[in-house]
Amino acid sequence: MSRWRPGPISIIVFVAALLPMCELMLPQSAHITEAVRGVFLYAILALGLNVVTGYAGLLNLGIAAFMAIGAYAFAILTCEIYPFQFGFWPGLLLTLPIGALFGFLLGAPTLRLRGDYLAIVTLGFGEIVQDVLKNLDTITKGTQGINPVPAPSFGGSMWTADDEYKWYYLLLALMVVVILGVRNLERSRLGRAWFSIREDELASRSMGIRVERIKMLAFSAAAAIAAFAGGISASMLSSTGEPSNYDFQVSVLALCIVIVGGIGSIAGVLVGALVMIGLNSIVLVKATAALDALGIGAQGNVLLSPNNWKYLIFGLALVLAVRLKPHGLVPPRIERRAS
Amino acid sequence: MQDSEVFLQQLITGLSNGMIIALIALGYTMVYGIIELINFAHGDVFMLGAFLALTLLGMFGMEAWPQHWQLAGVVLMLVSCAAFCGTLNWSLDRLAYRPLRRASKLSLLVSAIGCSFICTNLGLFWGGMPMDVFAGGVAAAAPKDFPQLVPQYNLLGESAVRVVPADIAVLVVTIPLMIALVYLVKRTRLGRAMRAVAQDSTAAALMGIPVDRVIGVTFFIGGALGGFASVVYALYNNTIGFQMGYRAGMDAFTAAVLGGIGSLPGAVLGGLTIGCVRAMSDQYVETRWTNTIVFGILVLILIFRPSGLLGSTRREKV
Repeated sequence: MSRWRPGPISIIVFVAALLPMCELMLPQSAHITEAVRGVFLYAILALGLNVVTGYAGLLNLGIAAFMAIGAYAFAILTCEIYPFQFGFWPGLLLTLPIGALFGFLLGAPTLRLRGDYLAIVTLGFGEIVQDVLKNLDTITKGTQGINPVPAPSFGGSMWTADDEYKWYYLLLALMVVVILGVRNLERSRLGRAWFSIREDELASRSMGIRVERIKMLAFSAAAAIAAFAGGISASMLSSTGEPSNYDFQVSVLALCIVIVGGIGSIAGVLVGALVMIGLNSIVLVKATAALDALGIGAQGNVLLSPNNWKYLIFGLALVLAVRLKPHGLVPPRIERRAS
Repeated sequence: MQDSEVFLQQLITGLSNGMIIALIALGYTMVYGIIELINFAHGDVFMLGAFLALTLLGMFGMEAWPQHWQLAGVVLMLVSCAAFCGTLNWSLDRLAYRPLRRASKLSLLVSAIGCSFICTNLGLFWGGMPMDVFAGGVAAAAPKDFPQLVPQYNLLGESAVRVVPADIAVLVVTIPLMIALVYLVKRTRLGRAMRAVAQDSTAAALMGIPVDRVIGVTFFIGGALGGFASVVYALYNNTIGFQMGYRAGMDAFTAAVLGGIGSLPGAVLGGLTIGCVRAMSDQYVETRWTNTIVFGILVLILIFRPSGLLGSTRREKV
């Protein structure tokens, strides 16, 4: 046993835990914890995607669909207009098996497909889920989304959006739980089987790895984690939002996080989430505010609204990352050991 | 209108849109056939072509031109959009795909998704251009009206079923292009080089075929077909928007897969089928379920018959 040394993951978590205290010393306009919550949420989603795309090497372009399934499942299980009315914690825990079940349902017939076809099937699944959620409006309330979705409550009173720091630490804690979970998976027999089929499917099969079953587990695990992220997001926003909030753009954002950060690397996913969500919800938002303050933001010129640069940033991030840093900003350790 | 007339009308609409989808699908299938890449950006290249057509229309004030001059205007749009989309598609290959020839297939696909997002964003910027045809560019993201350059009278006279000149225009543009394409691929030296690269690029290189140049030309031709399709689409449907590339791209990709990816007749058959399925679903199911049905078809074909209707079964090589 080697002595424990703080790695990049623990450093990131430690800094994140101290951030609110540092922030309180700064003026209100410099507060960023609310945006950082989004980093945690997307980090959880991307950690899920990382299991299937990073570990097992299967490109999933419909991860947002599982997030939607988690959000709607959580809402239906907990919201007062439905008969179930579970509390926050039982509801949130149930998103895991529900997500895994849908992952299994999609994976069972499709995992034999080759890589690029599988990617397209998952993309199609993502679109179908959105359409079904929108069109089955007797159950899902269509484009209005389901609300109010309950927040956690400790000691009687339920949290509101004002309990900024409670939410912050809850999300941080849930992210740490997910990190510990995927790290244990990564180091397990199952994790090694995932790496093995990613590197060479035929060789793994020859060594007695049951490829279909191992792929299926990766698919289901990713779907479960994404559904978990969906449940958290619905609770935090107190609404599922409309189905198109879980569109292809969300799946691609999660993919950007994994690719830019370092495919197959947990620390990479955290850094990737920080970079991508930081650009998306902190830099772009602050830039918009700054332009508005100068009085040139709202004049209708398409180029002056930073929000309109989003697709370009995601697209460039993907193209440049694949070209210049194929292993990402923080490559996985296994890669480094090999070289 | 009788039931049979409703059906006939939907069939005509479906076939016209199907021909347009087929033209886009040919671009997917050619690129997939040669480098096994789903060129995600193809739909967005098509979308940018439609924006160029509208820009040309606005720049030269074509709406005010006399009738027969408008016909010349349409030809101008077809030629410029084909050249533009072909060059754009070629540049994507040159800048974003060619450096990844030795990388994994997934990196290539990720790069293509990135290109698609970049092109979508360029379309959004383009929609904000301060021109009258873009409604002054105030609402950049809003769909734009594309003026009806092709007259809207019924060629069947008093009949309840309408066949408008635009339906004919679709056929006049698409059919010769498809014939020319098949001739190019089957009968010319370049076509033979393309088929050789598709079959085995290493062996083709050893035989002295400039593989990268042939792939580049394939991208150009695929993009040019998308450019033609964009003008026809805009003239036929009279509305364009920066997000239409995704939808059109998915329809066309489904068509290519349905027909058997890599097969030219397959892409046309698939396009016509998807066009008709869309029209029938709009009429007899509900418009809001149409996209679900198309995606459902895509998923089912990939699961049960990945080689498509006309494609050959080829096992994945080790």
